[in-house]
Amino acid sequence: MSHHIVEVRNLQHVYADGTAALKDVSFIITHGESVGIIGANGAGKSTLLQHLNGSLEPTGGSIHIGHTPLSKGTLPDIRRTVGMVFQDPDDQLFMPTVFDDVAFGPLNLGFAPADVEERVTEVLELVGAGHLRDKPPYHLSGGEKKRVAIATVLSMSPDILVMDEPTNGLDPFARRQLMKLLCDFKHTRIFTSHDLDMVLELCGRVIVLHEGEVRADGPALEIFGNDKLLAECRLEKPLSMQNCSACGSKKSNVKSPDSSACQGR
Amino acid sequence: MASIHSAVLDLKRLDLLANGNSPIHRLDARAKVVVTLVFILCVVSYNRYELSALFPFFIFPAIMISQAGLPPLFILRKIALLCPFVLAVGIFNPVIDRGILLQLGPLGISGGWISFASILARSMLTVGAGFILVAVTGFTAVCQALERLGMPRVFAVQLLFLYRYIFVLTEESGRASRARELRSCGKKGQGIHSFGSLVGHLLLRTWQRAERIHMAMLARGFTGVFHASRPSRFGAPEIRFVLFWSTLFIVLRLQNVSQLLGSLITGLFP
Repeated sequence: MSHHIVEVRNLQHVYADGTAALKDVSFIITHGESVGIIGANGAGKSTLLQHLNGSLEPTGGSIHIGHTPLSKGTLPDIRRTVGMVFQDPDDQLFMPTVFDDVAFGPLNLGFAPADVEERVTEVLELVGAGHLRDKPPYHLSGGEKKRVAIATVLSMSPDILVMDEPTNGLDPFARRQLMKLLCDFKHTRIFTSHDLDMVLELCGRVIVLHEGEVRADGPALEIFGNDKLLAECRLEKPLSMQNCSACGSKKSNVKSPDSSACQGR
Repeated sequence: MASIHSAVLDLKRLDLLANGNSPIHRLDARAKVVVTLVFILCVVSYNRYELSALFPFFIFPAIMISQAGLPPLFILRKIALLCPFVLAVGIFNPVIDRGILLQLGPLGISGGWISFASILARSMLTVGAGFILVAVTGFTAVCQALERLGMPRVFAVQLLFLYRYIFVLTEESGRASRARELRSCGKKGQGIHSFGSLVGHLLLRTWQRAERIHMAMLARGFTGVFHASRPSRFGAPEIRFVLFWSTLFIVLRLQNVSQLLGSLITGLFP
């Protein structure tokens, strides 16, 4: 299963205006891992994600997806392997109906119409959006848009799922629904988020970015237990690890009970 | 900005109407597009003083509305929205063209008034037909039908993107404009200057969004070709629909039915 590995070596990126967004980033993510990339605003999270499927070109360093170096020639294959879910679903859902949108990727990959039909139906059922298939995207709620956006990527059967702020802007119920969905996936998953409780529940491993560099990389509980590191990187403990705000009783390093249901730890 | 917002909501309603399931809704979009085009061509091809011959054409919108179960008042309101433009176009006709064309007892009606009424009737018919087409077909299906009928794909794709993002853009501009209004405390704010930069920001933001959308398309294997995924059938009901209506329109165009009817009645009751 070597094609599920993501290897980033000494990645650097300088934007056209001279901003060095990534200074030196290296890590290896192996098959089936669920990794949260966290950091303050401007730490370089989104820039890093955009490199993973070749939306941005590195200024220095290299990226290997399953031992294939990312380059112009390998880009089509890599984009099929790495499914990218954007932060704003309005950017991702551009076709007239949900069905067309989910079918967009498979049709580009050259699948037969009958296969596309079957795959779209299957994927929409998987994310619980089967009833939305003929609706135009602007008639959907935020949570529905997000789930459909995930379906558009799943329909291409990626090996690696990359998601930018998946729970951003969702109400608590929709957030919980989405997290449950993401829990059940067997893909290699990479998330960026400021929703640290989500990261704690979904990710066994956390990479902390700070000013364009990897500041820490390790098990989620270990990272979130390190108060000094979190403070230096303008982060804080997930709410579920903080003391009770009403009575002050300690909940140190206690995982929320439903997190044990999660895969990929 | 509130009025733009409600106009967009109305657009959504028009779009939802297209989800209906009447025999008219079920017809292939191409048939409806062709019939609407023939209808519009016939209506606009009359000379400017023609009025009586236009009236029989109202049968088409009337039958479409009743057969497809559309809310007639809603469609009328949509047409009324365009009336100010029509008035602006035609309002000077009565002033410029004063030659008496019609004598109703002591009342002389000038050519200007007749051509003005003709413009009004024609715009109601053509705009109404356009709205009804979208309400029984859906904008997307209309675009796809136009493409299958030979419109260049680039235009079809542009129209689709325009329609998809008009909702996002109006929401964005509505928010920006509301923020400006709230901070200008009921006064003019900084007038036209602040509007200039507001529009500029909207343009830049739209540009950035376009880049992100393009990125999302590339990420899903886009190579410049849109693949059609929906099979459609142009069968016997479509052929019947096109033949019946096109023939009717052409007959109405060649024969002034109002006049025939009039002379028939005046002939019967001298």
